[in-house]
Amino acid sequence: MLSYDTRVLVVMVVFSLVIFYMSKTKWKQVGAVFNMIMIFLLLNIIAVFIFSPYQGVKIYGSRTDLFHIIGPYTMTAEQLFYEGNMILKYFTIIPAALMFFVTTDPSEFAASLNKVGIHYNIGYAIAIALRYIPDVQGDFTKIKHAQEARGIEMSGKASLISRIKNVAAIIFPLIFSSMSRIDTISNAMELRGFGKHKKRTWYYARPLKRNDYLTIGVVVIFAIIGLFITFHNGSRFYNPF
Amino acid sequence: MKKKFGIKEVVAIGIGTALFVALTEVQIPIGIPNTYLQPRMAVFAFLAAVFGPIVGGVVGLLGHALGDLVFYGSVWWSWVIPEAVIGLGIGLIAKKLAIKEGGFDKKAIITFNVVQVLANAVAWILVAPALDILIYVEPANKVFIQGAYAALGNILIIGILGTLLAAGYAKIGAKSSSLSKED
Repeated sequence: MLSYDTRVLVVMVVFSLVIFYMSKTKWKQVGAVFNMIMIFLLLNIIAVFIFSPYQGVKIYGSRTDLFHIIGPYTMTAEQLFYEGNMILKYFTIIPAALMFFVTTDPSEFAASLNKVGIHYNIGYAIAIALRYIPDVQGDFTKIKHAQEARGIEMSGKASLISRIKNVAAIIFPLIFSSMSRIDTISNAMELRGFGKHKKRTWYYARPLKRNDYLTIGVVVIFAIIGLFITFHNGSRFYNPF
Repeated sequence: MKKKFGIKEVVAIGIGTALFVALTEVQIPIGIPNTYLQPRMAVFAFLAAVFGPIVGGVVGLLGHALGDLVFYGSVWWSWVIPEAVIGLGIGLIAKKLAIKEGGFDKKAIITFNVVQVLANAVAWILVAPALDILIYVEPANKVFIQGAYAALGNILIIGILGTLLAAGYAKIGAKSSSLSKED
């Protein structure tokens, strides 16, 4: 999370992509999200350049002008390198995050969280969240369609105040149905004796196998190497200039 | 409201987080590029005001982190933590507001809004930019302007939609004093 060292980042991106390939995640599952991430990333790096075209110069302590753009904006090699590192940093996480989402079962995840020592209340809350995201999204779409059928304008044509009003027309039913959903679920859980004991067992719990220990080991070694390099350099940045 | 962290709180965190994540997509543009009113903030403030600081804080943390993960693929930690700060801040006055008991009167509306403005200011103008600079080494003037816009947008949407939500929910909630003694 901390390192901006290009060499560390490159190794991590490569690892990340290899794991992603091995997970056999289909492009169809993640394509739409990936495109959104790319747009967001693009906007962000442009914003960084507009607000601070010499951040790279400041960080690397030297200045190599490449070409002049307009007014106070000059493209420097340091800035390019800095923003390139930012993009790399994104790419270390994106494949792992996408993979996590398409391959993790909420119930198994809750069981595992509890296993590593997190209280089962928290584990269960996360499991409920993951389990109900599609439901809430479905509710939202249903209410939206119903309100549109009644003639509420959802597009950008309406003014700001009426747009807030229109969103409220969806949010209100959604919140109230969610509040009663909270009651229903908590009553059901109470009836089944949730929270009575300090510990609970999990239907989906899995014992750690050899490969799991190997993974943990590799991650720890990786983290130590990353930290070592950071402290050895005395800086989070790799400076080629 | 129970003091203990009960079943209802667990479920409220779960469903609240689901709501927060599902509403990540719903954004109202206000004309300034890259700045939107986020109805999820109003919902989130409402939940914090009903269920208290723990639910508020955790929903902010989990909701923002999961929402980032689902829609942007990577978690922007420096903006996740301020979200928890807001949840905590608003949640602290939950008992005073007594929304569930139907006690959301004029005085409570003012308290709610003063606290939400303070919480937003602290979260987006202090905590978020500081973490942006610390973790991501982003340029200072960029993050402060971003933070100021975020604070403005959130204060607006919570002030309008959040207040309406709380008032609406208080109205349908049973008033503890709604029964009158017959002569």
